Amino acid sequence: MDKTQLELIRGTLDVLILKALVWGPLHGYAITNLIRRQTDEALLVEEGTLYPALWRLESKGLVETEWGLSENNRRAKFYRLTPAGRRHLRQETKTWEAYATAVGKLLGATQPPLAGER
Amino acid sequence: MERIPLWRRYARLFGPDPKADVSDELRFHLEAKIDDLTGQGWSLDDARREAERQFGDLRAVQRAGERLCQERERAKRRHDYWGECVQDLRYALRTLSKDRSFTIIAVSILALGIAANTAVFSVVNTVLLRPLPFPHSEQLTWLAAGRNLNAGLREAAGLSGVTYTVAAYEEFQRHNRSFQSITSYNPFLGNSEYTLTGRSQPQAVQGVMVAGNFFETLGVHPALGRLFTREECQKGGKPAALLSYSFWQHEFAGDPAIVGQSVRLSKESVTVVGVLPPTFDFGAVFSPGLRFDAFVPLVMDQVRNWGNTLAVIGRLKPGVSVTRAQAEADILFPQIKLAHPDWWTDYSSTITGLKDFVSGKLRRSLITLWSAVGMILLIVCVNLSNLMLARSSARSKEFAMRSALGAGRSRIFRQLLTESLVLSGAGAVLGLSLAFILTIYLSHQGSIALPLLSSIRVDGAALAWTLLITISVALLFGLAPGLKVSSGNLQDSLKDTGHGLSTGRKHERLRAVLVVSELALACVLLIGAGLLLRSFLKVLDVDLGFQPSRAAVIKIDYDDGSNATRRGAVLEEILRNIDAIPSIQSAGIADMLPLGRNRSWGLKAKGRAYAKDENLSALVRVVTPGYLAAMGMHLREGRDFSWRDAPKTARVVIINQAAARRFWPGENPLGRVALVDDQDTQVIGVLADVREHSLELSAEPEMYLPFTQADPEGAELVVRTSLPPAAIAPSIMKTLRALNPSQPATELRPLQTIVNHAVSPRRFFVFLVASFALLGLALASLGIYGVISYSVTRRTQEIGIRMALGATAPQVQIGVIAKTLRLALVGVALGALGSFAAGRWISSLLFGTRPTDPATFTGIIFLLCVVALAAGYLPARRASRIDPMIALRTN
Repeated sequence: MDKTQLELIRGTLDVLILKALVWGPLHGYAITNLIRRQTDEALLVEEGTLYPALWRLESKGLVETEWGLSENNRRAKFYRLTPAGRRHLRQETKTWEAYATAVGKLLGATQPPLAGER
Repeated sequence: MERIPLWRRYARLFGPDPKADVSDELRFHLEAKIDDLTGQGWSLDDARREAERQFGDLRAVQRAGERLCQERERAKRRHDYWGECVQDLRYALRTLSKDRSFTIIAVSILALGIAANTAVFSVVNTVLLRPLPFPHSEQLTWLAAGRNLNAGLREAAGLSGVTYTVAAYEEFQRHNRSFQSITSYNPFLGNSEYTLTGRSQPQAVQGVMVAGNFFETLGVHPALGRLFTREECQKGGKPAALLSYSFWQHEFAGDPAIVGQSVRLSKESVTVVGVLPPTFDFGAVFSPGLRFDAFVPLVMDQVRNWGNTLAVIGRLKPGVSVTRAQAEADILFPQIKLAHPDWWTDYSSTITGLKDFVSGKLRRSLITLWSAVGMILLIVCVNLSNLMLARSSARSKEFAMRSALGAGRSRIFRQLLTESLVLSGAGAVLGLSLAFILTIYLSHQGSIALPLLSSIRVDGAALAWTLLITISVALLFGLAPGLKVSSGNLQDSLKDTGHGLSTGRKHERLRAVLVVSELALACVLLIGAGLLLRSFLKVLDVDLGFQPSRAAVIKIDYDDGSNATRRGAVLEEILRNIDAIPSIQSAGIADMLPLGRNRSWGLKAKGRAYAKDENLSALVRVVTPGYLAAMGMHLREGRDFSWRDAPKTARVVIINQAAARRFWPGENPLGRVALVDDQDTQVIGVLADVREHSLELSAEPEMYLPFTQADPEGAELVVRTSLPPAAIAPSIMKTLRALNPSQPATELRPLQTIVNHAVSPRRFFVFLVASFALLGLALASLGIYGVISYSVTRRTQEIGIRMALGATAPQVQIGVIAKTLRLALVGVALGALGSFAAGRWISSLLFGTRPTDPATFTGIIFLLCVVALAAGYLPARRASRIDPMIALRTN
């Protein structure tokens, strides 16, 4: 596996899928492509984890599905964000940003520990 | 995303298929990948291999997906189902609240039916189904002596005929192998009536003597204190008593400190050793309708010479059946008798389960009652089916519209069922509260001589039963309109002219069948109730042999120091003072009153030889001069006792006609010598027969002995007065207290109460069955009114045309009434047939009435026809007032 491709942290896949659907309904294959393209090929979503994640999201009512035709005229299952999904995405985005900022701050830290922390 | 064109939507023609969805989705993914790769210049085969490689374990994903999607589908279906239910429920509530009068009528009819059923089930459950309130109560048995006597003779001997001597009891206790323990009590309750003194006011205490192992055998543990010790049950032991919970509560205010203290019971100092638990109700099991206050040890050596004094109860060993115990007893008692040639009888016994003994006699009455309320429930169902049918035909357009809009038949069926469930549920809630009130009322009827009555309540089983009947009722009456709707023709209903004649006729036939069955059921109920009511009246009409009206009775206490001479003087003094009270016409004392307790002693005509096994006993009453007059008994021949019949003078006896017939057949017994317990006694009078056991059994041989010459068992003062008992009670009590300061504060009861007590079970059943029958009649008349009224409404146009063509108002009226009568007659004819069967079933409950009593049958049939006529008359009058012009114009 390419070094620049990152392992997905557990739980982040759901947010990525929800985010991918923000612009409109997509089928599973389009979702993998979108995630790969938008992350400059840094994140590779495996099909074996993508589909179960999609189905779980559907069970939770965060996405809904409909059969439609793909760009090359095949029957495909399209996923669409539900209002609950949209709400969930907003919340998760906030949490994720706060987390990333916090981790980034520590990793970029230049101050030595204080006396009491030793 | 593009929509799938209509022609390509073939994939899921037969409903959702989650499995196919998963594999389709994954296949699309692979194909899209292959498309991309071939676009980049891969060969098709390579592209496919590469796509599959990238995907990884396709099968595992597919399996996981199938599982997930199926679960989701199931959840969705469940969710839809409940959603529809909620929808149905909301819709039902809306339509029912719109049709308020229908809802109120339906719910109240249901509530009455369900209340009657729940209440009667509670009674049946308590008395028949639920085990007795003792641990392993199925092991408890009742032993009754006199197995080899025929029923009549056993009845003649009264309580003495089924009880045992101490010797017989102890022999059986020693030799049997079937029982883990055998115990007894003294059912001659007059031996254990006490007066509690030393507290505020002397108080009458009803006690019962029980064997030392009585409570252990039943499995009753005291709530406070302890049971009797071995010493307390032996002669010369320290007197001890256990209190009943209720007596402890109201007499000692529930004070636990009473345990260990002594109280004065009839001048004897007795230690209270414990209090029994509230769940133990001696009266409810062994002596219905009586309240018991205290339990004292039955000292065997003290009662050894009292003759037959013990009522015996046994607890079987585990695994031993009643039949096996019976087989053993059948062998054992004759063997015991061989060892005791001096015994009068061999005490061969009939062993029954204690539960059977307590409630066996009531089985048939209760099952009758149960069937009566079951019929009420059926009538309720039929009535509601009728109402629902009428409603559903009015709503047929609504249903047609709904099915035209895509509601499946099952969906509409479910909707209707939801409505009927809502109705019956509301009826059940209302009915349950009614049943609660009814059972609380019943359980407080302490004076009704029915066993276990006080423990009647709506318990879990009754609730389950209510739930069951609620659901089945809803199914039953929801079914008819449901079937009708789902078989209806959509187009006919939607067309505006409405009632097609042919479907209407079919519909009407169904309703006619319902009404006929309703009337038939009501007829069976009414005839059954009529027969029971007639029996009850016959019972009340029985010549008692004494006159209960204008007489009153009070339990008295006197101190004679167990000396017969002194007893005569004391009682003469009491009676002289009582007689001196103005408005008292006559007064007398007896140890036992008719229709209550009894005992029997040996009686023979002197100089006559009797066969060895012949039952030579008669009931004994010990009375004072004046008692016969005070009771209003008729002395046919001879004289009453007088105070000159003293302990040392010639022994005298008064016998009744039954005894005269039995011991001096065809002769005049007056002046003859009888052997009363083997002592020469002269017959000085013959008394008209008195109903001793119950109103329903004929009189048995009976003898009256003077207080001065025989040992009494208690004392009841009877006064005949022109005043009501409440008015005379204070002066009687004052007189008694003046003579004996420890006279307990007992109630002066009208003599009628003992008669009422004796007929109370019959009164109870007749009252219930008759109310149910009236309820049935009301419902049935409502039903027939509804059907006729509906058919008049439906035929308004037709009647209008007829009247326009010259039919007169009376002709129209007669037409409608004839139709009503036709229905009524068919129903009544079927009902009469059913009543013959029902009559045979209840024949053993009847008294002086044949199950085919013509008066009852014709009376009830006439009543039903009159009610049907009245129910038909109202719609008939409406029909005759139809204005042809209006009727024709409106449609």
